This record gives sequence, C-alpha cells and structure tokens, in this order.
Amino acid sequence: MNIREIHWFKFASPQNFYYLAGRMLPWFVALATLLAAAGLWISFFVAPVDAQQGQGYRIIFVHVPASQMAMFIYLVMASWAGFGLAFNTRLSGMMASALAPTGALFAFLSLVTGAVWGKPMWGAWWVWDARLTSTLILLFLYLGFLALQSSIDDPRRADKACAVLALVGVVNVPIIYFSVKWWNTLHQGASVSLTKSAMASTMLAGMLIMLFAFWMYAIAMALSRVRNIILERERHTEWVKYAVE
Amino acid sequence: MQWNSVSEFFAMGGYALYVWGSFGLTAAVMIIEVLTVRKQRHDILRNLRQELQSEITRS
Repeated sequence: MNIREIHWFKFASPQNFYYLAGRMLPWFVALATLLAAAGLWISFFVAPVDAQQGQGYRIIFVHVPASQMAMFIYLVMASWAGFGLAFNTRLSGMMASALAPTGALFAFLSLVTGAVWGKPMWGAWWVWDARLTSTLILLFLYLGFLALQSSIDDPRRADKACAVLALVGVVNVPIIYFSVKWWNTLHQGASVSLTKSAMASTMLAGMLIMLFAFWMYAIAMALSRVRNIILERERHTEWVKYAVE
Repeated sequence: MQWNSVSEFFAMGGYALYVWGSFGLTAAVMIIEVLTVRKQRHDILRNLRQELQSEITRS
C-alpha cells in the first residue's frame, strides 16, 4: 500500500480513535505484563548485589523508570497540548488530559520511592536538593493541570487553558534532567550514559526492561482513559448511542 | 540466583522495609489506577445506557 493512501487524519476524529484505541489496548496490556514479569525476575534474581549499597539498591528498578516516565509523559502531554493549540484538533486535548493522571502518579512514585531509598542511604527522607525539588515541582505541575481541567466546565476552554499551563511547565523537564550536572547535589549522577555505564550489564538490562514495562503500562492507561473521556464528551452524538447499545 | 534461602530473599540484606515498601507501593498505585479507570468506564456506560433507555421510553 502506498503510504499516501493512508488517511492519517482519519484517526484524529474521536470516534475513529475510540475504536482504534480499543483494538490496540490488549496488545499494550499484554506487553506491559510480560515486560514487568521479565523485569521483576531480573531485578530480584539475576542482577547481582551492589558493592556499596547491598540489596537496598534494588529500589533503582522502580525508582529510575518511574522518574523517567514522569518526565517523558510530561513531554508527550505537552506535545499533545501544543498540537491541540496549533491545529485545534479535539482529540489532542483529550489525549493530554488522559496522560496527566498517569504522569502525576509516576511523579508521586518517583518522589516516594526516592524518599524510601534516601532514608537508608543518605540518612534523610527528604533534602531540598535541586533534583528532588524540581521533581516536586513536576508533581505540582501535573496537579495544577488536573485542578485547572476540573475547574473549567467547558472542556474545549479547559483544554486550551491546560495546554498553556502544560507548555509553560515544559521548561522544568530539562531542569530536572540536568540538575545533577548544573548543581552540586546529594543525588547521584546519571546511572546510564551512552559512552560508559556505571552499572553491571544485568542491572542496566533490568532497569531498561522495567522502563519499557512502565512505558507500555502508561500507553495502556492513556488509551483506556482517553476512551472514557471520548465517551463522556461525545455523549450526545449518534455514534456513542450506537456504541453503548 | 542471588539467594541462598527464602528468608534471605525476604530480608533483602536488611533493607526489607525499604525495598518491599517501594515495590509494593508501586504495584498498589498501579492496581488502584487500573481499577479506578475501569470503574469510571463502567459508570459512564451505565449512565449512557440509562439515558438511552429513558429516551426510548419517552418517544
């Protein structure tokens, strides 16, 4: 099939995307489950004990993927929001609102698992360190997005206001990412780099597989939540009546 | 295999509370999120069907 024959904008309509998301959902659920099972197996049974932190370092297998997903989901959410502002497509705002709760939960998990890791290793649950503080701001940005969304009754106006908030907040993501380089912090530097890696290869593999598992989970959650949002917002259309029968 | 016994596995080298706490919390948050979205879908579908039903009986 010629690539130009595919009607790309066909799936920008909420109706078509509702069915497409429903068909994609089981695949992402299956992938997330399989990857999580493999990732957990490596996290607990394959990856060796850490020389400095003993078995306590195993928190890394949830902490790092959760933190990276919190940042990545924010970027995806802001992209959808920006796309919605630029092209005025209804689905974009719905996707942004479908991603926000999952992103907020990952930011929350990042902070809590970080605190639980910090207590035995640093001796403190929390320090006002650049990386921790900027991650806390990320959580507040997500919560602000959700609060703004629910405070405006007209969903199209809410989408626009939230899109502006999401785009302004994007500046925080590189601050989180580079915080360990720009400031002198207690938080350790990047565990993964392209040139040299500071970890054993099985540790790295476990972390990446957990990251992919979280990624698939986030896609599955966004798809199932956007289906709910589509049904609610399109409730007075004929196709929804037909779909729920 | 990294462990000699089941109790050693659960003890996590003395970090049991921290390691199991963080994995447990992550799992709990994910399960709650899945259940919340599922319940939301259930409620929306029920409301829509009720609306549809009342429309049919009125006409």
